[in-house]
Amino acid sequence: MAGIPETTRPGGMFSAGSHKGFKSQLQKVYTWYTGGFIAFVILLAIAEQMGLSRQWIGYVFLLATVGLYAGIGVMSRTSDAAEYYVAGRRVPALFNGMATGADWMSAASFIGMAGTLYLTGFGGLAFVMGWTGGYCLVALFLAPYLRKFGQFTIPDFLGARYGGHIPRTVGIFAAILCSFTYVVAQIYGVGLITTRLTGVPFELGIFLGLGGILVCSFLGGMRAVTWTQVAQYIILIIAYMIPVIWLSVKQTGIPIPQIVYGKQLEKVTALEEKFIKDPKELEVRGIFKARADAASANLKGLPGSFDAGKTKLAGDVEKLKADSAPADQVTAAEKALAAYPKDAAAAKAQWTKDSGLAARAGPPLRHAEAFPGKDDAARDVSRRNFLALVFCLMVGTAALPHILMRYYTTPSVRQARESVFWSLFFIFLLYFTAPALGVLAKFDVYSLLVGSEFAKLPQWAAAWAAVDPTLLSIVDVNKDGIVQLAEIAIGGDIIVLATPEIAGLPYVVSGLVAAGGLAAALSTADGLLLTIANALSHDFYYKMLDPNASTARRVTISKILLLVVALIAASVAAQKPADILFLVSAAFSLAAAAFFPALTLGIFWKRANKWGATLGMIAGLGITFYYMATTQPWLRGVFGVTGSIADNTWWGISAISAGLWGVPLGFLVIIVVSLITPAPERDVQELVEHVRYPNLIGGTVVTEGR
Amino acid sequence: MQLTAKHKEYWSKNLAVTGFLLFIWFLVTFVMGYYARELSFNFFGWTFAFWMAAQGSLIIYVVIIWYYARYMNNLDREYDVHEGEDE
Repeated sequence: MAGIPETTRPGGMFSAGSHKGFKSQLQKVYTWYTGGFIAFVILLAIAEQMGLSRQWIGYVFLLATVGLYAGIGVMSRTSDAAEYYVAGRRVPALFNGMATGADWMSAASFIGMAGTLYLTGFGGLAFVMGWTGGYCLVALFLAPYLRKFGQFTIPDFLGARYGGHIPRTVGIFAAILCSFTYVVAQIYGVGLITTRLTGVPFELGIFLGLGGILVCSFLGGMRAVTWTQVAQYIILIIAYMIPVIWLSVKQTGIPIPQIVYGKQLEKVTALEEKFIKDPKELEVRGIFKARADAASANLKGLPGSFDAGKTKLAGDVEKLKADSAPADQVTAAEKALAAYPKDAAAAKAQWTKDSGLAARAGPPLRHAEAFPGKDDAARDVSRRNFLALVFCLMVGTAALPHILMRYYTTPSVRQARESVFWSLFFIFLLYFTAPALGVLAKFDVYSLLVGSEFAKLPQWAAAWAAVDPTLLSIVDVNKDGIVQLAEIAIGGDIIVLATPEIAGLPYVVSGLVAAGGLAAALSTADGLLLTIANALSHDFYYKMLDPNASTARRVTISKILLLVVALIAASVAAQKPADILFLVSAAFSLAAAAFFPALTLGIFWKRANKWGATLGMIAGLGITFYYMATTQPWLRGVFGVTGSIADNTWWGISAISAGLWGVPLGFLVIIVVSLITPAPERDVQELVEHVRYPNLIGGTVVTEGR
Repeated sequence: MQLTAKHKEYWSKNLAVTGFLLFIWFLVTFVMGYYARELSFNFFGWTFAFWMAAQGSLIIYVVIIWYYARYMNNLDREYDVHEGEDE
């Protein structure tokens, strides 16, 4: 399969000339594109002033962006293997960095991150650190060597380095496992955002959003996905920055939120101290505590407490009637009776929910405090979990196949190294800003929303509370007509979605933010679908079932699989599976345990052999999965695990960081098993030398298509 | 192809710079992370630990990768192991 010629075919602006000419041509195209996109947003803003309705702004954004992605797909259609799998290996470092940035930043990063930071303060910074610091591992241990190896997929490397079908099969299984859980979450995000943007039903939203990227990746594979992702990165970064900068100007007068939010954080900290002691806040928290305690007592007293509660309410009504109490008191008592749960099962559900109110009875979290806890032991567990999560997210970043695959697409080892720098730089722009957004939004809520009258809520708060109570609900618990912090229940996603309105920007910016979120979800879904389809068509079908298959046949099979996988993922997402956030985080732990030890030892330790790698991957994956299955509530239900969570927890580590056990075990098993089994053959050792030196040609693998 | 002494020297230099940068990465991430509560002095409005986790460590990560790419790309030329046509 060596020597695929550098073909030129109709492909418009995305076909290659010389590297240098190609790069400057790309720069020109994307500069025009960025200008055009900004002009498009300005035109829409003018149209809004002239009376274009919100719904139409939503439709225009959806159709224009998805149409754009499909259009890029049509322009870069291809059926050549090197083009389809690795974009012809001539994506310049800068552009590969942008594409990786879009590939990397999912709906969770774009919409969820700032909200997580708002809700969890310092604790949320584990995601900021983990999802950026992981690129150090990519740069130092993987990207340049994988580029030198120069094949198509990650299982390719495992197959060639460790020899035979067994390591490759384990690689295929792990790649599909972590990519599929991840892609379901992305498609779910696509459905949510499309629904919010246009008001179409969730299921239709999924297919509308997905339609555009399917055209794109179906026609052009990696080549089309790459150029679409660059376009998506530009949209998402513009959409993220505008509202934050505006909010910063509104609050401080300075348009650099990343630098000025320290001052706002100081003010937020002062407000927190005030709220912790404020008598009105204490009153509201006391009411929540009383409700939670009553519900817990009732839960313990089941089934007797159900009848007792019902009898008491009925008695109240009778008594009031007998005393000929005022009509409104009687009505209130009758209402309370009518609202009482119908049977014991309903009562149990209601009381379980109410006992959860205990969470709202505690004082507000101190945003800047590291590892909060009631005593030293609790703080210690909190610190351990923070560091474990950082570790899992970092190693997972350096092991997710859809990210590593991107470094096959640069023209050279040199550019692969530079490309990791550009990747992190473009990701950094967003992650560096998210903590600022969390604090600025918090300042607005703490200083303007809290203390306002219920009759005169800020306009954005009233609007969002009406639209979606899971995102924002404000109830006057102590009936004083004034909003207390404890009366606000906020969902993390609202922070990014409502920032344009909090900052007082026109609706077109809200549409832009939704389009940015859609770009983030679609670009990640694109990369993941491609990874799964390639693992099946290239690694499973071509390498293992039919090594004589023609190039055209392989690409065709890959395209069909892409559609099939997308449909399966979409139908799973349409079920709205429980605990989707957990699934995303699980993908990181699973990828970390399965791939990182085998990949790095494969490059840095010649002695690592087939059996070590195979057993190491299985052991790492196995223990990670076992720990999740025994400590994560949803998985425990699926597998029918008995025994309490606390009994199955080791060292206080929560299920999300299960990779903390899998990665070291993976390393250990690979090393021990490799040492007690024979060393790899000479040709494998030559392959390792081949990937270590950028100019070495030889080994068993022939580089191609450069 | 037989490896020369020069190749071996190139590789050990690569390992040295990798180890050095990994050490900085570890220090910034885990050692400073571990002592976050102790590092809670005021730093331009942020507590220092918060600023490090939210901004400082990110800047250092970017610099680590930038330095590695620059160092290795120069090392490739110095030891004459760089690829043929490039740019």
